[in-house]
Amino acid sequence: MEFVGQLQRQFVQFSHSLFDEGFLDDQFQQLQKLQDESNPDFVLEVVSLFFEDSEKLLNNLSIALQQQIVDFKQVDSYVHQFKGSSSSIGAQRVKNMCVHLRSFCEEQNLEGSLMCFQQVKHEYYLVKNKLETLFRLERQIIEAGGTVPFIA
Amino acid sequence: MAQEFHVLAVDDSFVDRKVIERLLKVSSCKVTAVESAGRALQYLGLDEERSPVEFDELKVNMIITDYSMPEMTGYDLLKRIKGSKKLREIPVVIMSSEDIQPRVNRCLEEGAEEYLVKPVKLSDVVRLRDFILRQKAHPQTEHNSMKRKSRDESPNAGCSASTSCDHLRPSIPKRRKIVQL
Repeated sequence: MEFVGQLQRQFVQFSHSLFDEGFLDDQFQQLQKLQDESNPDFVLEVVSLFFEDSEKLLNNLSIALQQQIVDFKQVDSYVHQFKGSSSSIGAQRVKNMCVHLRSFCEEQNLEGSLMCFQQVKHEYYLVKNKLETLFRLERQIIEAGGTVPFIA
Repeated sequence: MAQEFHVLAVDDSFVDRKVIERLLKVSSCKVTAVESAGRALQYLGLDEERSPVEFDELKVNMIITDYSMPEMTGYDLLKRIKGSKKLREIPVVIMSSEDIQPRVNRCLEEGAEEYLVKPVKLSDVVRLRDFILRQKAHPQTEHNSMKRKSRDESPNAGCSASTSCDHLRPSIPKRRKIVQL
């Protein structure tokens, strides 16, 4: 039981840090509230969809930004989608970086867009890593016979 | 037997579709989620190829649609629905991640029930559902009280007999913005 307690404390600390450091915002908690015994994996399912979606979008963005003549409207459209989905799961830092990228697109600033795109990717992989850790901790708690604490 | 509150949700984003579906189910709504305005029109029997299923069986109590979608926007879908005798009474709610006043105005003027800024919250869905259910039960009185709650509403809104209340569609746009606390 001591082990479960340790895991639970780790989970709580880690969750708090994600919110404190701005990786996640209130929308993530909204999703957690929608999870219950009838839908115990809701958050995991939505986030998994987000990961799948994001890989495609990042790939499309990468290709679009490498064109001889960059179609900024197209780039903006992809960024808009990415901003939307990251906002829907509460991935705040990704969303904010997308907002910056959209400004560069509006100015048709290629150098700025390329730099900002790197930052978008960086934030995405950071939050992906964090979320995977969070889910792993949850699994460990459950496997050890404990319940996952609800973070208010 | 109580009729289920059936919502048709339209959104091209996988993630958003999953979230809105869950929000609606948690609010005790029956949900049909589609990925485009085209699919929505097909479902509603408004496209060229008529659906073989009788429309009444699919009774839709509310349509909630994303604004920005490829091929056909939520706004265009709204216009098609409001332009259809069969469907114009169905409340249509627009969702958008962009809080652009002219866009909000345009949607409301075209007959949208509300314009919700994404991400949509559970409280939005519950509020909408309750409002529409009350409207169905008491067409005149509820419409008035809802209008009084609207931010920009003029005080003398008095709707007599008509349920569609087209004459009350505001030239003062009604605007509902969900503030994130």
